[in-house]
Amino acid sequence: MKSIYLLVVLAPLLGAAVAGLAGHVIGRNNAHRLTVGAVAISALLSLFVLYQHVWGGVGPFNETIYRWASVGALNFEVGFLVDRLTALMMVVVTSVSLAVHVYTIGYMHDDPGYQRFFSYINLFTFSMLMLVMANNFLQLFFGWEAVGLVSYLLIGFWYRKETAIVANLKAFLVNRVGDFGFLLGIAAVLMYYKSLDYAEVFAAATAAPTMTLSIFGTEALVATVGALLLFIGAMGKSAQVPLHVWLPDSMEGPTPISALIHAATMVTAGIFLVARMSPIFELSETALSVVLVLGAITALFMGLVGLVQTDIKRVIAYSTLSQLGYMFVALGASAYAAGVFHLMTHAFFKALLFLGAGAVIIALHHEQDMRKMGNLRRYLPMTHITMLLGTLALVGTPFFSGYYSKDVIIEAVHAADRFGAQFAWWAVLLGVFITALYSFRLYFLVFWGEERLDPKAKAHITHLPRYVLPVMQWPLVALAIPSVVIGYLTIEPMLFGDFFANSIVVNPANDVLAKKGADFHGPFAFGLHAAVNPAFWLTVAGAATAWFFYIYRPQWLPAINQRAAGLVWVLKHQYGFDALYRVVFAGGGRWIGQALWRGGDQRVIDGLIVNGTARTIGRVAGALRGVQSGYLYHYAFVMIVGLLLLLTLFVGSWRGWF
Amino acid sequence: MLQGWPLLSLLIWLPIVGGVGVLLSSQNNPDRARWLGLGVAGLVFALALALWGGFEAGTAGMQFVERTAWIDAFGIDYALGVDGIAMPLVVLTAFATLLVVIAAWEVVQYKPAQYLAAFLIMEGIMIGVFSALDAILFYVFFEAMLIPMFLIIGIWGGPNRIYATLKFFLYTFLGSVMMLVALIYLRTEAGSFAIADLYGLNLPLGTQTLVFLAFLAAFAVKVPMFPVHTWLPDAHVEAPTGGSVILAAITLKIGGYGFLRFSLPITPEASLALDWLLIGLSLIAVVYIGLVAMVQADLKKLIAYSSIAHMGFVTLAFFLIFRIVAGGGTEDSALLALQGGMVQMISHGFVSAAMFLCVGVLYDRMHTRRIADYGGVANRMPVFAGFFVLFAMANAGLPGTSGFVGEFMVILASFQAGFWYAAVAGLTLILGAAYSLWMIKRVVYGPVNNEAVEALSDINRRELVLLGGLAAVIVLFGVYPAPLLDVMEPSLNALLRIVLATP
Repeated sequence: MKSIYLLVVLAPLLGAAVAGLAGHVIGRNNAHRLTVGAVAISALLSLFVLYQHVWGGVGPFNETIYRWASVGALNFEVGFLVDRLTALMMVVVTSVSLAVHVYTIGYMHDDPGYQRFFSYINLFTFSMLMLVMANNFLQLFFGWEAVGLVSYLLIGFWYRKETAIVANLKAFLVNRVGDFGFLLGIAAVLMYYKSLDYAEVFAAATAAPTMTLSIFGTEALVATVGALLLFIGAMGKSAQVPLHVWLPDSMEGPTPISALIHAATMVTAGIFLVARMSPIFELSETALSVVLVLGAITALFMGLVGLVQTDIKRVIAYSTLSQLGYMFVALGASAYAAGVFHLMTHAFFKALLFLGAGAVIIALHHEQDMRKMGNLRRYLPMTHITMLLGTLALVGTPFFSGYYSKDVIIEAVHAADRFGAQFAWWAVLLGVFITALYSFRLYFLVFWGEERLDPKAKAHITHLPRYVLPVMQWPLVALAIPSVVIGYLTIEPMLFGDFFANSIVVNPANDVLAKKGADFHGPFAFGLHAAVNPAFWLTVAGAATAWFFYIYRPQWLPAINQRAAGLVWVLKHQYGFDALYRVVFAGGGRWIGQALWRGGDQRVIDGLIVNGTARTIGRVAGALRGVQSGYLYHYAFVMIVGLLLLLTLFVGSWRGWF
Repeated sequence: MLQGWPLLSLLIWLPIVGGVGVLLSSQNNPDRARWLGLGVAGLVFALALALWGGFEAGTAGMQFVERTAWIDAFGIDYALGVDGIAMPLVVLTAFATLLVVIAAWEVVQYKPAQYLAAFLIMEGIMIGVFSALDAILFYVFFEAMLIPMFLIIGIWGGPNRIYATLKFFLYTFLGSVMMLVALIYLRTEAGSFAIADLYGLNLPLGTQTLVFLAFLAAFAVKVPMFPVHTWLPDAHVEAPTGGSVILAAITLKIGGYGFLRFSLPITPEASLALDWLLIGLSLIAVVYIGLVAMVQADLKKLIAYSSIAHMGFVTLAFFLIFRIVAGGGTEDSALLALQGGMVQMISHGFVSAAMFLCVGVLYDRMHTRRIADYGGVANRMPVFAGFFVLFAMANAGLPGTSGFVGEFMVILASFQAGFWYAAVAGLTLILGAAYSLWMIKRVVYGPVNNEAVEALSDINRRELVLLGGLAAVIVLFGVYPAPLLDVMEPSLNALLRIVLATP
């Protein structure tokens, strides 16, 4: 199996290298053939790996590939840990990536940076696979930063656009704030658990669950400190409040990468991290409560911001933030499997929604403002149907994948008995209404109502054939299928079976999913259960509200907006996070830098001390000699005098003269 | 098989003699000067690789040792040798000089023979610094280094070069005379100028402190540490590209090397007693200088400040070892710090050289270093942009590049000394990315800013070789640093025992 794992990782790396370094030699078509082929190999092998791990009786694989470095007895290695959690992530990453690769052939068709784009997304696939397949913290951090690099390169892909290159810098820096915590977390792990290898670390953590360290003048559990520091990294990568500000801006990048990186895969790295680290997080109620509360805040409040966005991609971006919050709520409730389950379903339907949005944007010749859309189902029937399916999955329509994954989270957090669980339950429940509202708002604004197209967009779309390009259409269909059915098919083994038995550790006292398992009577019954489930009725209410204001009585909307002007203002400014960071960190950093440079380096050190000394010496020497010669001479003179004095001092103290 | 050769003498004298040869033979024939210079630099680099190839990795002892009496009356020997600490630095020196010779090719039109001769002579002297086993020999090389660099900046430098050279010269000279005094004193104690004999003298703390401070004056200026760093940005700004490359890649390393070779093992107790000072100054370098780097309007100043911040990591690592052991960390963690500091030095040699060469590429075309004069370079120079972004990422410590290795190891090690050391040092993750990538944003990305940028042409084949070679090395050491670490480990381990053995 080792060679298969290696091939999964190396195929996209090779594709990236060739397409990136020799892109102009091999040409556009060969570039996409090569990179799509590489990801297809990875995807097929990943499916095979998952199959082997679930049905083939293959056990977890944990081996070193090569020794990166060693210091004394400390070993830093590159190696793979492949168990069912990893295998599942591999399939999710490579399959969504494959769909996006194919879609890109159409989406980037006319772009001069065609080969570069394919090289980047191949490189991303490699990096993400390195991240999920790591068996140690070093490689995890490598993958973690490598996906950050590719995200940076891709957000700024259109590097002539000022907004894009501001957004990618912002994304990288905010992620670096997270990585700062993450790296300290890794350092804590090494310090207290004496290794960077997962298996050894988990064993050491479990063996000493009550080990403490003193920090900020108090004693804290090592597990708490370590888990929280690692979680700071997760907050950056998975865009949780207050490190969420980069994700909406990342929409400046081409839409395929919004789907792949900023919705389906990279941003879920934080979820994967916490699930992977479950043996450590389980030791700390405090850390889990923090995860729970921050997740809940993100789920609710970022969903609200989605209500006032007019850019189609930004609505979906805020939706992603909110859904990531749901996943963290699941993790914080110790329902790790539910978090990963939602990660999987979300990857499919959110990638679908983004690619659908991309199809709309391309059809309208790069129009992203939903106020200039409307009634597009006439022109884009396939996009309409697939996006409707994605929307239904997202809002949690019974029997759709999102229904299963989201409902389990709500039930799990309801059953959880932990600080913050009550609040989180209310937040995610209310979030259901919000989700339905913004999702159907988008759906109605884009596909129904009156047509509000710009003449240019109108001209573009009427000259199109009935569908966009087939190569952009098939990925939508391919993603729509799992968006609908994957929840129904997999909920039982993944959440209530032993699917994650060897990858996720849950303290039996915390195991809310096991409690829920007693009430589970198959996916069909679970679907029917919707009728007596408040979450379902909240979804219906949200959808109905959207219908009422955007289809039935759109003329009431301005009045509502006016009544709630204050709230709308707050939401449009995203609670002021961006402004705060811009002033305090970006502005403050530059201000301090200027102050230190002009005040410290130039005025005090150079002005007062260095040149001041030069002037003083010049005056003293001038007074002594009464003759002005060059500065160098003066200095040399003083130096020789000083040298003699020091020599006398040394020799004197040695000979005992003083 | 190479153990019998006077390889180190060859490495020192071949470039010096070659440099003089270039000077004498090719003053009026620039092309011959270039080819001759390239030949010498290439040969020296090949010899340096042979040194690496013949180096036995498993031992801590000095290898390729040569010893002849030099000034018998004072017991001064011409003694050379390299251990795992010095050998990589020798190879780095040969590599950097080769780069400089290639980088100068058609760029330096003013007195090219003299220019190349200065760098070749500089190369021999620097290799001498790293391989001297005798304190006075070390001192002679250490001081001699000033002369070619003084000429390089003074002759091929920018408009304000006189101020810069004086500042550079006086700062470093002032520091090193202190060291000479200390060395002469140590001779009276040890009865020998052999560096190894100066270890384990068990001097009283008061004397150790004086000696330590004398060394500090010499090495802190070289590194340079806050607050004696202000000569470096001025020197870089005025220096020609090659001067900046050598300054950043090699001469700064001599400060760090001095701390390892002299300060720590000769005055371990004073190092322990004053570690708070060195750690404090290092952390200031990381944060203060990081912030200062961010607001620079001049490309070279920005990279110069970034160098100071990176070297702060080196000194932090070296002087944190006492607190790591005291704080409950294992000796392996202290070794991790030393290894991290050394890797950081080597990597910074590559990365800063690459950054300065990139600035050189831009400067040759635009004749300005002001960031505001650029913008949208990627539109006209896509290949160059790719390299520059890669090097900036390495500068910001991206995993997979050599810049990551040292930073990672030092942060992991410093956590063992205490949470706050790691937390402050870790700020470099944010600051390094901020100044490197904000610079990239303003220079490389964006729409074409002006007509001068519009007229840019992408890098030529010579520049491609230069930057491509550096990129390969940077990625190679990022992906697989083990060979480098394995070479250094026994020597650093032996050093650590000496430093920690004292009561």
